[in-house]
Amino acid sequence: MEVKNKEYSVSYQPENALVTCKGSLSLNGTAEYEPMLNLLLQAADQQMQQLTLNLCELTFLNSSGINTFTKFVIQVRKRQNLQLRILGYEEIAWQVKLLRNLQRLMPTLEIDLISRTTSIG
Amino acid sequence: MKILGNFISDIPTQTEYLQIGFSPSSIPLKQRWQTNGLSADFISEYLEVFSVGQQVVQGETFVISSQINDAVKYVANELLENAMKFSATDSDYPTRISFFLFDQQVVFHVVNAVTRSSADNLEILIHTLLENDPHELYLAKMEANAEESGGHSGLGFLSMVCDYSAKLGWKFETLAPDSPFVIVTTMVCLDIT
Repeated sequence: MEVKNKEYSVSYQPENALVTCKGSLSLNGTAEYEPMLNLLLQAADQQMQQLTLNLCELTFLNSSGINTFTKFVIQVRKRQNLQLRILGYEEIAWQVKLLRNLQRLMPTLEIDLISRTTSIG
Repeated sequence: MKILGNFISDIPTQTEYLQIGFSPSSIPLKQRWQTNGLSADFISEYLEVFSVGQQVVQGETFVISSQINDAVKYVANELLENAMKFSATDSDYPTRISFFLFDQQVVFHVVNAVTRSSADNLEILIHTLLENDPHELYLAKMEANAEESGGHSGLGFLSMVCDYSAKLGWKFETLAPDSPFVIVTTMVCLDIT
């Protein structure tokens, strides 16, 4: 399952319980982000135990995109059985801030800040 | 005229600056939206090139960090998005975004015409921002947005303040007493030290 245009892609691999976001997300408002939010929520519906969201290769995110991720995390927070893990690069300041803000909203969120030199496979 | 927040009225003109202008009604929003990222990239890459030049001239080890570039790109993009979303399309007043580069900070300056109703809404938002803890507001806004299905996120200014330590200011002016439009100047200062 994938949502993309020439600037970005958000793809869900059910077999790995993994959603990967790549590229630059600067869509206009809630309406344009709806397909991406739906993909995230469907992934969370299908995975009963754990879901990983990899944001490492996301190069840009506007405030409407921040809003989309916060909406998703707050929805997952209501489902107490699903462990959500989000990956970002420790060298990219905005990714670190985003992940910490998301963790404030959902204290059980596992955030994994990895070095850019580390291979994540 | 009304000034709110951290607004610098007299920006020195003997400095490096870029200015981008457009007419809000000349092409559809969906088409123009694509230029936001291009303009924001251009501004942040311009800063990078200029800083490298400064390094050579001054012989210092000052290298603009990718963190500052990311901050400049984010702020430029948010300001352009706001200008496109909220500029009054039936006004022929051009929207202009200017970017000034100083030794210690970069300053963004956006001028656009909005309806009186938009100006009133913006003023309420600014007062809320100035009179409360922005970090608490940021999280509260995220929580409130989770229960809403449409509209604007309202996170743009808050993220500039909370995530990038930006200082924000605004000026409201009317060109004539009976004009249906208000000219809003938004100023964002980012430290680059």
